[in-house]
Amino acid sequence: MIALLLRDLRLAVRAGGGFGLGLAFFLIVVVLVPFGVGSETAVLSRIAPGILWVAALLASLLTLDRVFALDYEDGALPLLLTAPLPAEGVTLVKALAHWMTSGLPLTLAAPVLGILLNIEPAAIMPLFLSLLIGTPALSMIGTFGAALTVGLRRGGLLLSLLVLPMYVPTLIFGAEAVARGAAELSMQVPLLLLAGLTAGSIALLPLAAAAALRVNLR
Amino acid sequence: MSIWEYANPLRFMGWTGKVLPWFWALAIAALVVGLGWGFFFTPEAENFGSTVKIIYIHVPSAFIAINAWFMMVVTSIIWLVRRHHVSVLAAKAAAPVGLTMTLIALITGAIWGQPTWTTWWVWDARLTAFLVLCLFYLGYIALWAAIEDPDTAADLTSVLSLVGSVFAFLSRYAALFWATQHQDSSLSVDRAEHVSDVFYQPLLLSMAGFVLLFLALVLMRTRTEIRLRRIRAIETRGRRS
Repeated sequence: MIALLLRDLRLAVRAGGGFGLGLAFFLIVVVLVPFGVGSETAVLSRIAPGILWVAALLASLLTLDRVFALDYEDGALPLLLTAPLPAEGVTLVKALAHWMTSGLPLTLAAPVLGILLNIEPAAIMPLFLSLLIGTPALSMIGTFGAALTVGLRRGGLLLSLLVLPMYVPTLIFGAEAVARGAAELSMQVPLLLLAGLTAGSIALLPLAAAAALRVNLR
Repeated sequence: MSIWEYANPLRFMGWTGKVLPWFWALAIAALVVGLGWGFFFTPEAENFGSTVKIIYIHVPSAFIAINAWFMMVVTSIIWLVRRHHVSVLAAKAAAPVGLTMTLIALITGAIWGQPTWTTWWVWDARLTAFLVLCLFYLGYIALWAAIEDPDTAADLTSVLSLVGSVFAFLSRYAALFWATQHQDSSLSVDRAEHVSDVFYQPLLLSMAGFVLLFLALVLMRTRTEIRLRRIRAIETRGRRS
């Protein structure tokens, strides 16, 4: 499992791997927002948590079609499935690699970009925490979507149609946690729910993703 | 003789062919009586005026929209467990009907919301849940359309419907963080809670009409899907020889 993880990380960091692409996309979306809604700081600081969450979600979506597609094209995926590692483990590692190359950098970059959007100082920590807890769920759900569409030639658009509705609960809990943090209320409930969502996806979705992979490679 | 024998495509075509006209007749009768009764022979409700009559379309279509998804989940599980082709074809056939019902519920809700809440749309739990349900129907239909091999498509859409229903459910309750404007359920076992009797009886009748209409549409579409499969099989056989 660790070998597979290291391999995926190495492939992602090398040229053409798409690492950084998601991060750059995140930056661009956040920079575009003030052009769209105007530069009033009061408005920006109110919508900043939501914008950052939506941008993080889209950025993680952008790199999803790479999760299995490259391995599918060069034939490595069937080999991975015949390896002693169970298919569930493969999908879990793939999701972890995706998180480490998209979710984790986004989480680290979000507070800085939050300052760019004039976010409330009190909301920075909640933003960081909620992204840290919530983005693994995004990667896991996305990996399931990627497993469903791996055999399709133009699966990208379909992938977003399938995955985005499933992101809704994560987004609601995450944005709610940040909004409560900004208002200096207790944010324990949304954060706990978010953690539950992440734990549940990590426990159950590898099974579904592995089933989808097996069907696609039949 | 077990219940599964009715899932044999040949038998299925036999009994549905006999039952279908009756379903249609009953559906039309119940809808005409229920909607006619509701529209012309019930009083106007206080606070609502004549807009209350939208209830006879809004509530049944919302009811069908949710239960069509449940039906798809059940038939998908049957497909995954017992590999009955008719089962998964019924799920495929139900999806566009469910989508239409979701859209009807959303649109009638908007038309109803405009005069009573003075807004077409609010972001509240129930409304959002229906929007998300609508997206799930779209994704399900799109996945069916995208995959060529019928068995692969059946497996993948079944898995999607299982996972999707968990997330649709979660979205429904996650959105409870927001304040709600929608009234509580209009139908519940507790008779004190639901709408008053004058509206209740025609409502039940039009609900029955919608259920029958749904069944008739799904059976008809499933028959069409079975015939399409047969045509495909004949065509491939013809190409081979």
